[in-house]
Amino acid sequence: MRILVNSAWHEVRAGELAAALGELGYGERTVSTAVNGEFVAAGARAETPLNEGDRVEVLAPMQGG
Amino acid sequence: MLELYQTSLRSRLLLGSARYSSPAVLGAAVRAAETQIVTVSLRREGAGERSGQGFWSLVRELGVRVLPNTAGCHSVKEAVTTAHMAREVFGTPWIKLEVIGEDDTLQPDVFALVEAAGILSTEGFEVFPYTTEDLVVAERLLSAGCRVLMPWGSPIGSGRGLNNLFGLRALRAHFPEVPLIIDAGIGVPSHAALALEQGFDAVLINTAVAQARDPVLMAQAFRQAVDAGRAAYMAGPIEARDVAQPSTPVIGTAFRG
Repeated sequence: MRILVNSAWHEVRAGELAAALGELGYGERTVSTAVNGEFVAAGARAETPLNEGDRVEVLAPMQGG
Repeated sequence: MLELYQTSLRSRLLLGSARYSSPAVLGAAVRAAETQIVTVSLRREGAGERSGQGFWSLVRELGVRVLPNTAGCHSVKEAVTTAHMAREVFGTPWIKLEVIGEDDTLQPDVFALVEAAGILSTEGFEVFPYTTEDLVVAERLLSAGCRVLMPWGSPIGSGRGLNNLFGLRALRAHFPEVPLIIDAGIGVPSHAALALEQGFDAVLINTAVAQARDPVLMAQAFRQAVDAGRAAYMAGPIEARDVAQPSTPVIGTAFRG
């Protein structure tokens, strides 16, 4: 299915968020996620189903003021 | 000592981590500033990137507390979701809550700010709201659960210092027990010294250090200014007068009488 990851379309086979992140290559990195604007804690990713067209945000630490 | 949400701090200088020429310069500036709190953020990261991980490793090595922000958020929903994401990644309940209402001045949307502050405080966050000097908004933020306020000096990155000194002084006088940190707009160390002299508890500096020709030297200058401003406040400055008053005693002056 096609999902929108950080505003770019990606084709994934996985049906849930944890597997999709692995498939996309995020691996074990420190990131935080949201699906359709709702925060998804790391521990809840495997139980968070994805659907065609879902908007996934993957955020990482960055410099800030 | 400065007390922020039951945390005691020696340093009254908070430093932003953005806009430095390199991670090494950021590290050296943090050390020169002797800061104990560094602000950080979250941004989208692609699967092939590693910059976020590298930055986070550097910050952890510096041994400072982090204050994550919600920079770039324009709505309650965005800010609340970003705060949750930041709490997980950075492992702190502290959040510098920014909800931008106007893009030219980066003025906070104080209505959304109060609403988001209430939600996050209920959810266990310790909120540092980026606000204006408005007294009524400050009152609402405190009612919403905030125990620290971060009024702007002037627009972010403008370097204009304390744009509304009268309003800021009123805020200080109105909330004598609330830690007030001047956030945004400070350009040079004298602005920081003035803020501390006026009784503000701390300042947050980013652009003025990061974009200086020598950021490390400027970080040191800000540390000295903050120390001087705080000492002056504690020492009790004299009142300004409109007429001269001789400092040398006039009794016994030669050639008089």
